[in-house]
Amino acid sequence: MDSLAPMLDGFGVVLEPTNLVYCLIGVVIGMLVGVLPGLGPAATIAILLPLTFGIEPVTAIIMLAGIFYGAQYGGTITSVLLRLPGEASTVVTVFDGNALARQGRAGTALGVAAIGSFIGGTVSIVALSVLAPVVAGFALDFGPPEYTALALLGILLVATVSNGGRVKALVAACLGLLLATVGRDTFTGAERFTFDSLALADGIDFVPIAMGVFGLGEILYNLEERRRAAAPAKVADVWPSRKDLRQSAGAIGRGSVLGFFLGILPGGGAVLSSLAAYALEKRRSKTPERFGKGAIEGVAAPESANNAASTSSFIPLLTLGIPANATMAMIFGALLIQGVTPGPQLVSEDPELFWGVVNSMYIGNILLLIMSIPLVGLFVKILQVPASILAPITVLITLVGVFTIRNSAFDIALVIVFGLVGYLMKKYGFDPGPLVLAFVLGSLLETSLRQSLLLFGGDVTGFATRPISGTLLALLAAVILVPVVRGLLRSRRREPERVAERTDA
Amino acid sequence: MTAAEPGRADGPAAGAPPEDAEHRPPPAGPLGNAVAAAAVAALGIAGIAGSVPLGLGSAAEPSAGTWPFLVSTAITCLGIALAVRARQTRDAEAFSSASWRVVFGLASMVGFVAVIGVVGFEIPALLLSVCWLRFLGRESWRLSLLTSAGIVVAFYLVFVGVLAVPIPHLF
Repeated sequence: MDSLAPMLDGFGVVLEPTNLVYCLIGVVIGMLVGVLPGLGPAATIAILLPLTFGIEPVTAIIMLAGIFYGAQYGGTITSVLLRLPGEASTVVTVFDGNALARQGRAGTALGVAAIGSFIGGTVSIVALSVLAPVVAGFALDFGPPEYTALALLGILLVATVSNGGRVKALVAACLGLLLATVGRDTFTGAERFTFDSLALADGIDFVPIAMGVFGLGEILYNLEERRRAAAPAKVADVWPSRKDLRQSAGAIGRGSVLGFFLGILPGGGAVLSSLAAYALEKRRSKTPERFGKGAIEGVAAPESANNAASTSSFIPLLTLGIPANATMAMIFGALLIQGVTPGPQLVSEDPELFWGVVNSMYIGNILLLIMSIPLVGLFVKILQVPASILAPITVLITLVGVFTIRNSAFDIALVIVFGLVGYLMKKYGFDPGPLVLAFVLGSLLETSLRQSLLLFGGDVTGFATRPISGTLLALLAAVILVPVVRGLLRSRRREPERVAERTDA
Repeated sequence: MTAAEPGRADGPAAGAPPEDAEHRPPPAGPLGNAVAAAAVAALGIAGIAGSVPLGLGSAAEPSAGTWPFLVSTAITCLGIALAVRARQTRDAEAFSSASWRVVFGLASMVGFVAVIGVVGFEIPALLLSVCWLRFLGRESWRLSLLTSAGIVVAFYLVFVGVLAVPIPHLF
């Protein structure tokens, strides 16, 4: 196993004091944003992007990755104690986690969630270490047609499973693709959509878009009097009993495996896997009626799954250069800014970065486990800092931060414009995630599409005849057609369903 | 059906009882949805209009306008699809009196960027922070002023002192 040496060297990278400190900073920030409902990990990473410029690429990504998986731990706390999911991926934890809290067993729920998260995360890192180099080796032969199909599939899958309507998610994705075309065309040198502005000639930077639609958009959206009732439950006895652990062991195991596989899929990620893991446990259970009334498996499974998924969603990013979800798109952007192009060559050409980031997740998960059990009380206190104080600080960090990237006041104006865009999108039910993801993949998609067309001499069937791109396109067709067919079937029995919806509401 | 409702990142849990649900503006009516759909379609048409002069090229020789044209066409079609479904759309929110808070917030940011080049970032940052704390956050004057002063000092120390960012500043 000659692949073992660079992996072990990766531990050397992680154990450098600077990297350890940034890993700690990352997971603490992640846990904080997880606890605070509102700003998610994608928005936080967007806001902190400017601060990562001055540091080494591997250190920067270690910190940003820590924010991502740390948020999965933090989100649990508010789900259990306040019945408010701090993160979308902890929505299902609310059902049983809060029921447990009302029975005075909040500590047990949080403890099991932390242990499940730790196991899910760790299982997933081990599997990632084995699988990622294999995938990367396989992907080395990918040419422009394969990348065209892959990027299309990734964007489409994210749009399909995103929150809100599919059509709206596709609009957001197309908007991202269109924004990516602004600036000088790399093939012909023609200026596109620049309106003769010098500031737009080099295209729109990724950071103002991400900071605008995620960061400012979110803050503006929350300005509209979306108050939350804060009455945290008391936390006592965080250590779960042996009986609780035995009861949740199976759920943790199944959740970890399920989360790992769903996390690899583009568009999968933490949210989907936590929902799927909860559904699986409920279906498997001999006593499904306990679910929603304080079943410990209902906390263990989704929490293990969302952590496993958040780790495994690094696989497509680090091996194919295709981000699987909006947060991965942010990390993709951060890598590009650092001058690192994620792709199949990353494992062999930059093993220090690859294994440094992967192995930092072991440390990060250990730190999170250590922090989440004894420090739960502290994080609950942080919840009492009113949003009205955090909002202006976040706004100023965004406005000043975006300036620091290119030292340009134009970028401040841009981030405000995209803040408005993000607000309007959320207001009208358009998920901004696909926009940012598509923007990041936009130039890759266009370039590889045009290269493929030149390669095929304009013969579009060339995509279908190459084995890998053909398979990917078949998948793509399935993703498009399955919902359409299901929609047609559903519209046949629409009337009874409408009645059901009304009684639900 | 929880699996079909992933829930919004900031929204209440699907199935949370009403007393825990956050206060949300009413849903947008058919008119609002139609306007949103029209805006999407108009954007697509504008994109098409912008791509044509760039040259549409052909499949064998794609030009600068080919890809933007394809994307803009897709946006236009999706906009039309949204317009057709405007009556059934339920995931949009109407503007309410609380939306003025957003306008106020945006205005404070526009003011910030408008004057930062002239007077540096300290005074605009202080004003923005006071506005957000006092008027949007309804904190007391005392807390607003003290917190804002603290924020500006911290920003000065971090961005000017430690990071030496060339952001326009007075001192």
